[in-house]
Amino acid sequence: MSSGTESSGADTANSPLSVEEIKVAALAALTVAGSEAVLDEWRVSYLGRKSDLTNVLRSISSLPADDRKAVGASANLLRASLEEALAEKTQELRGAAGSVADALDVTLPGRRRRRGGLHPTTQTIRELTDAFGAMGFQVAEGPEVEWERYNFDALNIPAEHPARDSWDTFWLESPDGEGRSDMLLRTHTSPMQARIMEKADPPIRVVIPGRCFRYEATDATHEWHFFQLEGLAVDKGITFADMKGTLFEFARRIFGPDRKVRFRVDFFPFVEPGAEMAIDCFKCNGQGCSLCKGTGWIEIMGAGMVHPSVLRNVGYDPEVYTGFAFGMGVERIAMLRHGIDDVRQFAAGDLRFLSQF
Amino acid sequence: MKAPVSWLKEYVDINEPLHEVAHRLTMAGTEVGSIDQIGAEWGPVVVGHVQAVNPHPDADRLRLVTVEYGGEDGPAEVVCGAPNVAVGQNIAYAGIGAMLNDPYRGGATKLKRSKIRGVVSNGMVCSEKELGISDEHEGILVLPDDASVGTPLMDYLGDAIFDLELTPNRPDCLGVLGVARELAAIGGTAIREPDISYPEDGPPVDSLATIRIDDPDLCARYTATVLQNLTLGPSPEWLVKRLAAQGQASISNVVDVTNYVMFEYGQPLHAFDLDAVENHAIVVRRSYAGEQLTTLDGVQRELAPDTLVIADPEKSIGLAGVMGGANSEISDSTVNVLLESATFNGTNNRITARKLGMKTEATLRFEKGLRPGLSEVALRRATKLILEVAGGTAAQGILDAYPEKDDAVVTLTDEKLLKVMGVEYPEMQVIATLEGLGMEVERVGSSYEVRPPYWRPDIAIPEDVCEEISRIVGYDEVPMTTLSGRVPTWEPSLERDLREKVRASLANHGLQEIISYPTESDSAMTAVGAPTEYSPLRLENPMAQDQPYMRTTIRASVFRAAARNARTWRGAIALFEVGAAYLYSGEGLPEERQMVVGAFNGPRDNDSWVSDTGASDFYDAKGAVEAVLEDLGIEGGFEVTDDPAFAPGRCAAITVNGKSVGVVGEATRAVLEAVDCDRTPLAAFEIDLSALGEAIGESNAPRAYQPFTRYPSSVRDLALLVDTGVSAGAIRDVIAKNRLSQQIDVVDVYSGKGVPVGKKSLAVRVHYQSDTKTLTAKEIEKAEAAILKILGQELGAELRS
Ligand SMILES: [Zn+2]
Repeated sequence: MSSGTESSGADTANSPLSVEEIKVAALAALTVAGSEAVLDEWRVSYLGRKSDLTNVLRSISSLPADDRKAVGASANLLRASLEEALAEKTQELRGAAGSVADALDVTLPGRRRRRGGLHPTTQTIRELTDAFGAMGFQVAEGPEVEWERYNFDALNIPAEHPARDSWDTFWLESPDGEGRSDMLLRTHTSPMQARIMEKADPPIRVVIPGRCFRYEATDATHEWHFFQLEGLAVDKGITFADMKGTLFEFARRIFGPDRKVRFRVDFFPFVEPGAEMAIDCFKCNGQGCSLCKGTGWIEIMGAGMVHPSVLRNVGYDPEVYTGFAFGMGVERIAMLRHGIDDVRQFAAGDLRFLSQF
Repeated sequence: MKAPVSWLKEYVDINEPLHEVAHRLTMAGTEVGSIDQIGAEWGPVVVGHVQAVNPHPDADRLRLVTVEYGGEDGPAEVVCGAPNVAVGQNIAYAGIGAMLNDPYRGGATKLKRSKIRGVVSNGMVCSEKELGISDEHEGILVLPDDASVGTPLMDYLGDAIFDLELTPNRPDCLGVLGVARELAAIGGTAIREPDISYPEDGPPVDSLATIRIDDPDLCARYTATVLQNLTLGPSPEWLVKRLAAQGQASISNVVDVTNYVMFEYGQPLHAFDLDAVENHAIVVRRSYAGEQLTTLDGVQRELAPDTLVIADPEKSIGLAGVMGGANSEISDSTVNVLLESATFNGTNNRITARKLGMKTEATLRFEKGLRPGLSEVALRRATKLILEVAGGTAAQGILDAYPEKDDAVVTLTDEKLLKVMGVEYPEMQVIATLEGLGMEVERVGSSYEVRPPYWRPDIAIPEDVCEEISRIVGYDEVPMTTLSGRVPTWEPSLERDLREKVRASLANHGLQEIISYPTESDSAMTAVGAPTEYSPLRLENPMAQDQPYMRTTIRASVFRAAARNARTWRGAIALFEVGAAYLYSGEGLPEERQMVVGAFNGPRDNDSWVSDTGASDFYDAKGAVEAVLEDLGIEGGFEVTDDPAFAPGRCAAITVNGKSVGVVGEATRAVLEAVDCDRTPLAAFEIDLSALGEAIGESNAPRAYQPFTRYPSSVRDLALLVDTGVSAGAIRDVIAKNRLSQQIDVVDVYSGKGVPVGKKSLAVRVHYQSDTKTLTAKEIEKAEAAILKILGQELGAELRS
């Protein structure tokens, strides 16, 4: 019997080693293995087709019948334990990859493309239209330079109506150079209510995002140029309760399922009854904070049942059809959701701002 | 509009905390912007009771006063110099820390514990001046005997003012009484109507004056009365204070009453000196052509046509509902007054006020359209108060020109109420709510016949009544239901879909979207090559004087943004904007053509060990366009072109299906200067989305699946030498014509050392593949030879040795 432990099983073919001897030799060789390549050799030597252990297993049939069972069992046990030891050693070597010659510095930045992005206003409009889209509202758009009659008259705001004071207006000069034209920069997206109803018959269920303008001084919360999202639903049997339910569902989708919603009375000449919708402040949960100016509520939009005069103006019979309309400031929603404190950032085109979204 | 709580309490009980009252007003539509507390700054000033007054040991004019004020440590001893302090009085006791006005130097100071001539004074007994209530400082303020000791003085003497943000439909709330009526309706409590009765001791009014309305379209009602033997003079304290809270200076007792009633009822009134009115005859008429009037403010005014004036038979004496005339003004010597309370047409009043630049408290109310019923009530109220503050006698009866009686009735059916609100309101609740608002309600069958009160001009249609019911019951009580019923059929919106795809594509390919103001200067638009066939529309009232035009190109905005960012942003600048060019073609609204402009400036990417951080150039802009077209599934071409914004030889037209849809290039020096860009190059592209949409046309359909060949491909490189003028595109086109070439990549372009002058070397990698078999080496060589032959013949290309 050989007592050598340094060599592989192939050298000792003429004098088969005992299972115990194989075990000692194999484990000793495994302990000093320092790379995956050496491990591979080790596997061939001790577990391969020509290894001592394989030889032992092959020769079992030639053993006395009494020994067969015991030798077979111990050889199989050894095979299992050597495979386990190999797996452990492999793991160990891989875990210490830092010491491997071809290892990578995984902290180096990866190869990637420059990041671009959509403007936060665009992103917000997409989320708003998606929320309403899920409730069957389609998206429409309309002109930014608008006729006075769509912006005001069709909406029950005739010339010299005191309510016109609520919409400070940019007027376009007459293209012939003679004074003011009857074109203006739309002060809200509401003119689209009339444009849409003129073209289509009920049922109407539509939201209209778009650029609007107000001739007023700018500060952190006022901008002369901004985006609104208008909404309109008209059909037989649409009620104020439907408006509340729809807008509440919208608020849940945009501001989360825990929000409370509140309607208070407000006035817009093109709706009756009119309302302003607020959600409970998500920053302080209605306790009062700087975001909600201590009221616990944050105004989100104006809304109301479409005024019968507006319906009549587009040829709808207000005794047959009812509906609701609403409008909200897109930047305002974006500001609330992202904690933006100055609306003037939106049109500044500054990457330090835009790259954050 | 300011509504002092002390004034409101004259008409309605207010027992809840003020913030709660304000909240309920706000919820019901009368928004309380803020509550201004008068006396809130006082701090620890309470009602005190004088228990003892003793002489000061070291000063004759000072005394030691023992004040019980409900404090835990018992009464306080205070040094006081006021002559009128006496045992048994209730007074205003200021504890240490109170904020009081310094009566000599002015301004608020904090009261400290101090020694006065050797005696410690634990607080102070206050004068009215120290409290900021009045200028009275001769003695201390003595409070009534029933004042409860220990009560904060603010609760007793302070006031709170609701600062209201009103909507234009509610001129009734431009009077304190109107706000009180709201509170009463919301709270379900009673209103205490002001007293409008007075002794009519004078002669019958029609023996003293006459009135006539010539233009009833502009004056629905004119009521007036005559007061004789008045004593003009200063107003009493209460009247001065109430007007002061409205920011209205006191003028004289008679004028002050007219203003007071305006702030109370919302009805403007005017008092004429009766003796200045010729024949004591009032005529309400449109102005004559060229008529002039000098108003109370001393300004002589040219009256436009359709200006409504109050006149006597000889001359105009007032601008109806705007301002009185100087010729009939109340003065110190006035003894007889004709008091006017009229209903003028709101629109006409507003036009006159705008034309003359005279927005006044009166026009603010008249322009909203008042009810004729209000004028008589206000007239009687003012007459009563004038008699109170200026003596004299009032005539018997009133003059009342009222051509057409206003008797608005609105019918609301049960069906309508349910149809609008989606909730059933019980009959009892509807009637009680509407009556609480002062409406007369009659139940007729399944309808309510509603007569709105004279102070509400805004109830005209059934929907208005729906709002009245629901807002007083509370919008919170309306249930929430989801939309049921028909969903509209889907309508395609190809232009919007295309625009949004382009937007997303550019963002995905590393460009940041910006949004700019759509106004522009003439010079910037010219500099960046705005289309010359459209003259831009100009704003009458631009926000920035140097940018008065609606932009006909969005290039300048995007270029400027790139230039600005170059000064503040460390990394790559790759921007784009999607916006309208406003193109006016002589009639109708301008076309709002959707344009996309992208701009690149500075490093291609952040400094990095792997990225290419060279300066962006033409090929970055072109790459973005190629990426967009590829995302859209369409093939584009690039052809040499000219554009005033881009440098010659560095500019290409973008073509799709043979139509030009945009341009890509590097900006000229002149453009860089115009947009203030210091860093070159500024590479950019512009895509006209409507042109792109048209060019795509029907090919916008979903991409059709192409079966791909399963046979292997072989790669061969061609190293070509060509004249510098030969384009890679031309070479590519030749190679592409060979039916076995499947993919062609230009992998290197080189000129310089080793390449003859006037030539360039181009390395092209070609993948050969057949969809019917595996190509043999021989077949590939044959294909390559054929390609080289044509390249040589058509483009003079030769293989580089
Ligand atoms: Zn809050």
